[in-house]
Amino acid sequence: MMAWIWSGTSDPMIARLNTLLRHIPVWAVYIVGALPAPVWFYLGVTGGLGVEPIKALEHELGRLALQFLVLGLLVTPLRRYAGLNLLRFRRSLGLLAFYYVCLHLLVWLVLDVQVPQQIWADILKRPYISIGMAGFVLMIPLAVTSNNRSVRRLGAMWRRLHRLVYVIAVLGALHFAMLVKGLQFEPFVYVLFVLLLLMMRLRIFGFFFGLGVRRPGGVGESG
Amino acid sequence: MAYRWKNTLTAADITPPGVYLNRRQIMAGLAGAGVASLAGPAVAVEDLTPNSWDDITNYNNFYEFGTGKEDPANNAGALTTAPWSVTIDGMVERPGAYDMQDILSKMTIEERIYRLRCVEAWSMVVPWNGFELADLLALAGVRPEARFVAFETLYRPEEMPGVRYPVLDWPYVEGLRLDEALHPLTIMATGLYGKPLPNQNGAPLRLVVPWKYGFKSIKSVVRITLSDTQPPTSWNKSLPREYGFYSNVNPTVDHPRWSQASERKIGGGLFASKVPTLMFNGYEREVSALYDGMDLVRNF
Repeated sequence: MMAWIWSGTSDPMIARLNTLLRHIPVWAVYIVGALPAPVWFYLGVTGGLGVEPIKALEHELGRLALQFLVLGLLVTPLRRYAGLNLLRFRRSLGLLAFYYVCLHLLVWLVLDVQVPQQIWADILKRPYISIGMAGFVLMIPLAVTSNNRSVRRLGAMWRRLHRLVYVIAVLGALHFAMLVKGLQFEPFVYVLFVLLLLMMRLRIFGFFFGLGVRRPGGVGESG
Repeated sequence: MAYRWKNTLTAADITPPGVYLNRRQIMAGLAGAGVASLAGPAVAVEDLTPNSWDDITNYNNFYEFGTGKEDPANNAGALTTAPWSVTIDGMVERPGAYDMQDILSKMTIEERIYRLRCVEAWSMVVPWNGFELADLLALAGVRPEARFVAFETLYRPEEMPGVRYPVLDWPYVEGLRLDEALHPLTIMATGLYGKPLPNQNGAPLRLVVPWKYGFKSIKSVVRITLSDTQPPTSWNKSLPREYGFYSNVNPTVDHPRWSQASERKIGGGLFASKVPTLMFNGYEREVSALYDGMDLVRNF
């Protein structure tokens, strides 16, 4: 909301990057960000995803959802500690994460599980699915209130509501980590990354690591 | 002694390589009930269409080469499979290192077209070539006090990029009860579609126990140990709540994290439907007597 106060940073490289970013229209992020889904679907239909395309597509969509969640969580620390301003794109990152979660869920329902009775049984009985489902449900109010009117109408409430994304990201990463067999590397990278990004928001983190903070005066953005 | 168990199609029906890559219809399955002396396939016969060579060699769980399904196909090429020897020790008359070439010279290789059901709820049909484990054990002479058979996979970090990560406690180990090991359905596979076993499928010698989840069928075996106590098994050590020693295919006992009631046959593409999983993976008639009186929910 106070992005307009933002005037720059002492680092010329970052400043140039910020100028460049200002020239990227937000709609381009939506288009480029949404593109992998039809491409992956096309690959799945044409045999490009290996001999078991259902799981491959499902997992890739889930992975993309997590990646966009992590990107969304990166916006604030990048701004606070590196002076890089991606705030304009944060809404698109969040909505793209929601888009991939919806597609991931759809592939799971329609192509993977198929049996309606088993869907409910899975949601209730299988902790990793319950957790993933909880993450999806929590994303709905955020997606619904992602428009400018809601931001204005809800005021301070809006910011508090959208802190739910912290919970959602943790649930998403856990969902991934709990689903794999054995101690696998990749899901733990996401868990670590999400936890680290959340830690960076704690006041105590700023206290210990805040020396290098490149924070423009007057910007109290806490999201 | 080979040919204790019969596919309704056997070695005599093997098709030239060019043809079976077209996924011919193969009749195979339940006939014979594990007793070769029963004449003729009088009982239910089922259509089993083997998966293509591509399916079978590009979708593998062989975590020593990575946890991705295509990692083994991509990374197992560097594995040295010759020379190879299998140490057979423990409660046997003639313990020692058995050279792969010597073993092969004494065995009769036959074709076995088996269903393969992974614990992850996918399945394939695989035309294995191999010999019965019972014949290999007979080479070493099982002593009467032996009750279990333990198996160990090769551990060779310089050729196995996956063992850098502690996904499991390496080397991979598996085990069977002796009566399971001696069952005529239990084979040591050395080939696929009449060709040498590809590295990603467990070259040069792997176990195949078709009524158990795939992870029981240990790959690239270097040691077989006979004992009188139940041996540790890798997945059971890692997650005892999820993977039992027996791990028989059982649609009525779910994995704690997913249902085992149905499975997806690999090769059906993006819109493949699921099919019901069969008790003992369709080999109930042959093997259920091994578990008479056992609680299969507790002994999962």
